[in-house]
Amino acid sequence: MESALDAIRQQAAKHAATRVSRIVLRVGALVGVDQEALRFAYEAMAPGSIAAGAVLEIESVPARAHCVACNEDFAADRGFIFQCPKCRDFSADIRTGRELGIARLEFP
Amino acid sequence: MNPTTPPPVLESAPGYRINALTGAATGTSRELSAPLSAEITAALSASPSGEIAVRSVDVNIPLLEKNDILAERNRGYFLGRGLAALNLVSSPGAGKTTLLERTLDEFGRQTKCAVLVGDLETDNDGRRLSRPHAPVAQITTGTVCHLDAGMIARAAQSINLDGVRVLFIENVGNLVCPASFDLGEQVRVVLLSTTEGEDKPLKYPPIFKSAHLVLLTKVDVADVLGFKRDVAVENIRRIAPQARIIQLSARTGEGLAEWYSFLDGISGRV
Repeated sequence: MESALDAIRQQAAKHAATRVSRIVLRVGALVGVDQEALRFAYEAMAPGSIAAGAVLEIESVPARAHCVACNEDFAADRGFIFQCPKCRDFSADIRTGRELGIARLEFP
Repeated sequence: MNPTTPPPVLESAPGYRINALTGAATGTSRELSAPLSAEITAALSASPSGEIAVRSVDVNIPLLEKNDILAERNRGYFLGRGLAALNLVSSPGAGKTTLLERTLDEFGRQTKCAVLVGDLETDNDGRRLSRPHAPVAQITTGTVCHLDAGMIARAAQSINLDGVRVLFIENVGNLVCPASFDLGEQVRVVLLSTTEGEDKPLKYPPIFKSAHLVLLTKVDVADVLGFKRDVAVENIRRIAPQARIIQLSARTGEGLAEWYSFLDGISGRV
């Protein structure tokens, strides 16, 4: 959250804004970031910072893996074994779910 | 690269100790290059839009933790020096040190190797691994259950890496926390010994998921222990289909030729 606030400060300066009204974070299912903990950290750190009063939006990105044999992506939402629902082959080719970053900012 | 970018500041008083046992660096410590931090700074300051101030901006800024940034620096440093770095992780007692002892004595005679070894306390492993032909540094973490990229940056500077082609990083024996800490290695090696259960990969999936190579160790006693190798291999394959698997015994020497040829392959590639 500290690195996020740093980045927001830099972006605000870039856009000649003194505060930010909305922060959209993108969080993949596989990065191990707990959304509750993220909100808690935000609420603890936002007051008094550039993000004071901003709305925090968290965009979840589901985990998807790619099956080479079927040449198709599938939902990798059953724990740590990524198995193609069609051919039952195992996959290590993760296509989405590892995102962690600031997607969008809104300045008033 | 921006020459004015300062290198990341390492903690001034870390809670861990580094003891270079053999081949300690002499003279001034080398500065790590900082291409990534410059890139990150540039990425952060680049304007995604034109000159007109907009109210809603798609920024797409990835958030990196401090460890990830230091890990990328380490990776660049290792690649720049032409050495292959391996991060060896396992439960305590899976045979990391024994395998490295024999590897230094055999493979290490032809290809210069160095070791950074982490434990909570004692220099025992560092002393076991200490050889005139291989620089070794012991990292004593105190209460920390894993190695992090900052410790590796410091420890790598404490030894003389001249001519070293393969850098082994023996992590703290722990099958959980080291999974989350990238050290800047090129290859993550997870060891699973036959004295553990065949279902370890299913019970501790994140670390196996991140493995490039899984070593099934102590296979010489598998039969005595009733350890089913094929079941273990199948479990590894389910969690980590990307990982190469080598079955070996550092005592009898079974499988070591395959391990050495793997090391040859990666040291030649860097």
